[in-house]
Amino acid sequence: MSSNKVVNIVIAGLGGQGVITASDILADAAFRAGLDVKKSEIHGMSQRGGSVASDVRIGEQVLSPMVPPGEADFLLVLSADQVEPNQHQLKPGGMLIAPEMIDESALQNKRSLNVALLGILSAHLPMVPEAEWIKALKTSLPEKILEVNLQAFALGRGKKSA
Amino acid sequence: MNTTQPQLLSGDEAIALATRDAGVALGTGYPGTPSTEVLERFSELGGHAQWAPNEKVALEVAIGAAFGGARALCTMKHVGLNVAADPLFTVAYTGVSGALVILTADDPGLSSSQNEQDNRHYARAAGVPMLEPSDSQEAYDFLLAAMAISAEYKMPVLLRPTTRVCHSKSIVRPACNLPAPAAAHFVRDVQGRVMIPAYARLAHQRLREKLTRLAAWAETSPLNQILPGDKSLGIITSGISFEHAREAAPQAGILKLGLTWPLPMEKIRRFAESVARCVVIEEGDPVLYESIRAAGIAVEGMPGMYHFGELNVARIRRILAGDVSAEPVPPRGKPPQLCPGCPHRYVFELLQRLDCIVAGDIGCYTLGVLPPFQAMDSCVCMGASIGVGLGLRHVLPEAQARRVVSVVGDSTFIHSGITGVVEMVYNPPPTGHVVIVLDNGTTAMTGLQEHPGTGRSLNHGPAKQVVIEELAKAIGVDRVHVLDPGREPAAFDQLVRESLAATATTLIVARRPCILSAKKIREYEATRAENKQN
Repeated sequence: MSSNKVVNIVIAGLGGQGVITASDILADAAFRAGLDVKKSEIHGMSQRGGSVASDVRIGEQVLSPMVPPGEADFLLVLSADQVEPNQHQLKPGGMLIAPEMIDESALQNKRSLNVALLGILSAHLPMVPEAEWIKALKTSLPEKILEVNLQAFALGRGKKSA
Repeated sequence: MNTTQPQLLSGDEAIALATRDAGVALGTGYPGTPSTEVLERFSELGGHAQWAPNEKVALEVAIGAAFGGARALCTMKHVGLNVAADPLFTVAYTGVSGALVILTADDPGLSSSQNEQDNRHYARAAGVPMLEPSDSQEAYDFLLAAMAISAEYKMPVLLRPTTRVCHSKSIVRPACNLPAPAAAHFVRDVQGRVMIPAYARLAHQRLREKLTRLAAWAETSPLNQILPGDKSLGIITSGISFEHAREAAPQAGILKLGLTWPLPMEKIRRFAESVARCVVIEEGDPVLYESIRAAGIAVEGMPGMYHFGELNVARIRRILAGDVSAEPVPPRGKPPQLCPGCPHRYVFELLQRLDCIVAGDIGCYTLGVLPPFQAMDSCVCMGASIGVGLGLRHVLPEAQARRVVSVVGDSTFIHSGITGVVEMVYNPPPTGHVVIVLDNGTTAMTGLQEHPGTGRSLNHGPAKQVVIEELAKAIGVDRVHVLDPGREPAAFDQLVRESLAATATTLIVARRPCILSAKKIREYEATRAENKQN
């Protein structure tokens, strides 16, 4: 590995759960924070309910857009049954952010689980200030679902100490 | 609005932005993953973009625009270039007056394709220059460079991003204040553009002369750059493999080829001689390796196993270590399925129940091959369902022949199914044949694009509608029926049974909107009605 520290994040779930929206928000927030960022995923069949995974890499200089297997610092999974097929992405000591870490009943809309889990992730990425996350959320999401997602993000972010 | 503000863009979005900035007058293509978003974004940016019925027509339209002195972009996925290969090989001879860039988005690893062909072969076979970007910045820069080469050398240029370039996002700093290209204007050039043998012989000579000049320019072009490194290891690479290779071997010297046809062979020779070990790292076929070896340069290739699928950092580490042991197989995820409520479900449930022999085609409905339906027996290329079904009917014993059905989607039918229906009418098998057009009113597989059968253009505004059943009647199909299998399942069941028993040519349009597009279609129609009132 090069000395250039790159943080690797893999977001995984099923088609329609907002995997790509989540990785877009993460990549945009990191970009706004002045970091180099690359993200990569396979679209195509993803809309048809199959497994979807998106790689996001942030740092001073990012080369390959794909996280090498076993080198993810964070694995964020939106569907419990997708933990197992993606576990191999996580490096030893890496952090799994799983759906059960959010109390679904606390979400105003269950569909904002992706953003709530991003909230948890955000608390572990000190190089991306909260203000940039908020800007990224405002840019990426339609007005009518913004409020519930800001609430979901705050819920996840507040979990740092939990 | 030209801007130098950095933006986070996908490769496709970067190409679209560069297309706008280059002053391209017309973008045309046929949807195909991973190329589709280029024309959609170009249209959103105010460009003139349109979907053609297929890639051959798209390229012909783009050639016309470039003959007229304008700049044109033609987009497609890798297999689309097979369809457009006929005009490609001859526009290489004629050259162009304005500029013409043909985007072929290759799909190594088959994320959403029927094969993983390597279209670098086309550049060499047709004698067309090829540029390969490695990230979104280069996607932007290389579109501009391709247009500039095309305008200067008066020849078409191929731009070949791959899935990982098209669909990855990275930071792009766009150019500012690019000069506007000259206005379109027709100048007659009969010998240059009418490819009768006497003129084409001369045009072939001109093409080879252009390629010789371009190869000389390539030796010093900034498109081909050397990243100095340790003298013990040199890597020659292109496209996305460059990014993986830099990460896998940070100490190595790298010759990164942006222009991969024609090749800067002297630059390659000097680079190879400057290092103790020189390895060619390329995704797909050993195209660079074979050309470089043929020039008598000692380079090392990759073990055969790495010419399948995508490359990545881990695989390049293995290649450099000479590791040919079995690779770890990642756990299988959940396969995609036809959506709940998808109208195709009714059709495949019935075809499975009737134990039909199903000649299938390209689209979401290819998922009919998977459980729970398992109701598809072939899928070759766009439109092949009809020809393959006819061939089966011609040779099979009658009891089997009568079970053969061709199943094709609406967009695929317009793309390449019409000539199949002409064949069915002209050379009907002894038992007749049954074609079912799965008309969900959109090009669903690639992300809900319009086509000539929807009555809306690329930007969803109104257009003339090609009516599939009227077309089939006009061609002379014996029995033409239109039905919504979801609303009338019993009638659909009976119609298919009758059609299989009849010794006649039958085309059934199974019409019901895609569940993903139905809401959007209602919105487009409402906008159209509003505009009519105003």
